[in-house]
Amino acid sequence: MYTLFKVELYKIFKRPRTYIAFAAMTALITIIQLGLKVDGKEYIEFVLGDLSNTLQVDGKLCNGYFVCFCILNLLLIHVPLLIALIAADMISGEANMGTLRLLLSKPITRTQFVVAKFLAATVYTLLLLVWIAFLALFVSIFIFGTDDIFLVKNNYAVQIASNDIMWRYLGAFFFAALAMVTVAAVAFFLSQFAENSIGPIVATMSIIIVFTIFSTMSIPLFNKIKPFMFTTHMVAWKEFFDVRVNADNESIAGSIQRPDKIINSALILIAHIVGLVSLSAYFLKKKDILS
Amino acid sequence: MPEIINVEGLCKTFGKLQAVNNLSFTVNEGDVYGFLGQNGAGKSTTIRMLLTLIAPTSGKVELFGKSLLTHRKEILAQIGAMIERPDLYKYLSAYDNLKIFAKLSGCKVSEQLLMNQLEVVGLADRAKDKVKGFSQGMKQRLGIAIALIHNPALVILDEPTNGLDPQGIADIRKLIINLSKEQKKTVMVSSHLLNEIEQVATRILIIDKGKKIIEGTKQELLDPNQTVVEIESSNNGNTYQLLSNSSWASHLQPITNNIVSLTLNKNQIPSLHRNLVEMNIDIYSLQQRHSLEDYFLKVTKGNYVHTV
Repeated sequence: MYTLFKVELYKIFKRPRTYIAFAAMTALITIIQLGLKVDGKEYIEFVLGDLSNTLQVDGKLCNGYFVCFCILNLLLIHVPLLIALIAADMISGEANMGTLRLLLSKPITRTQFVVAKFLAATVYTLLLLVWIAFLALFVSIFIFGTDDIFLVKNNYAVQIASNDIMWRYLGAFFFAALAMVTVAAVAFFLSQFAENSIGPIVATMSIIIVFTIFSTMSIPLFNKIKPFMFTTHMVAWKEFFDVRVNADNESIAGSIQRPDKIINSALILIAHIVGLVSLSAYFLKKKDILS
Repeated sequence: MPEIINVEGLCKTFGKLQAVNNLSFTVNEGDVYGFLGQNGAGKSTTIRMLLTLIAPTSGKVELFGKSLLTHRKEILAQIGAMIERPDLYKYLSAYDNLKIFAKLSGCKVSEQLLMNQLEVVGLADRAKDKVKGFSQGMKQRLGIAIALIHNPALVILDEPTNGLDPQGIADIRKLIINLSKEQKKTVMVSSHLLNEIEQVATRILIIDKGKKIIEGTKQELLDPNQTVVEIESSNNGNTYQLLSNSSWASHLQPITNNIVSLTLNKNQIPSLHRNLVEMNIDIYSLQQRHSLEDYFLKVTKGNYVHTV
């Protein structure tokens, strides 16, 4: 299976379409950084809203950590499309090219085929996340410098000391990777039911949009299914930036307010990944290859 | 001869369509097994079942004396196949395509092995070119290189001459004969063209609507007493009249499409030729057609397209 995995990786990184995602991320992040460099002060005032009248802030609010947080907030909605672009093509693309029959008549099992292909799609997803982390975090630090991060939540604000942030980003990116691998698993699962990648890409994005609407609307009927929808848990990376406070209402360094929420969400996402990949293997095993 | 393929009572249904119906046949070691039938007869479905791409509805398939169900990987490692069109990764070079499938076939890959294989199919000078720029014939040759790279004992070629020019067709024919005679491989080749199959096959199976029509060696299927000869002359009506008043009258068939034809023993052809000259008939061509062709035309209800 290792050979098959290496072959799949080789094929992914030999395709020009693979690099669209990397180019798109570079362009988007650069544009956001440029915008914040030019008009960062106005943006901070907009984010703070009324707080700017009651709060006196020393230091640099528009720092690299804050910029990275903004970028992540914006991009984690768009990245799934770029992930689906590759993951949804993993099986449907082979059917479309006619290479599926050639691959599956080789001495490899269909389960090995599914696992190797999914692992290759996972590597692509992780590399894209690493690239985003590099651009959004390290390049932002280089451009904007570092300071404490000040985040405005629904009915409170959080301040985290600059020396307490890097590990949180590490955790957030790990979690974002898990969320994006879940998106890859959805696209990958749908990929086997089509003979070109457009259908699975559109279907994946439609599922994400519809589920996100369900996740954000507070309607009793939806509330019952919300805990089981992967979109509800995809945003749990933000929990890394919610800290516990002491009696003086000061942030406790190294703390997370709801670590159980992160663990629960991670487990649900992992369950989705395992379930979708297992179902992919099950359906592909039963499928007659007619392409 | 050991049995390489043994198929018994193979059936496949797609919804209400019975694509393969109780098909049984055996391919022995060293055979060039011609698998003949018109388009949609069930040839590709059968071949796909041999390669585990399609699951049979019922029936037994054994290759190399082992059940395909229980020894899938082991069996597939000994098969080289080209199924219909040679679809490949267009964004990769010929060399990269061959390398990928060589690795997946389980053989030890070296640059020398790959280049030698490309040399065999005449693509060594295009090794680094992307497949998207290749002609159909070049893709077909690369497909064959992929099928043979791991030195399989059984080679399955499904419609290998589809879309090829006459030179390409002749090359494939030469390759099949070489695989059988020089490399001692067992070859199963499917086609809807009798002409293609009968030139290379040692045994032939004809199927129609998923059912076996006839199976046997070329000699068994070709009855020498039923050879059909077609005569084209300067005046076909006159030729027919002259022959109907001669000793050949009993061999004459009703004239159709202005073609005079006779059914006779193959050994009688030289004598017919001499008599035609003696009758002062100007002959443009005297063409032999096998009874197998008539048989094939009959079972496939005239949908067969004759090619030369």
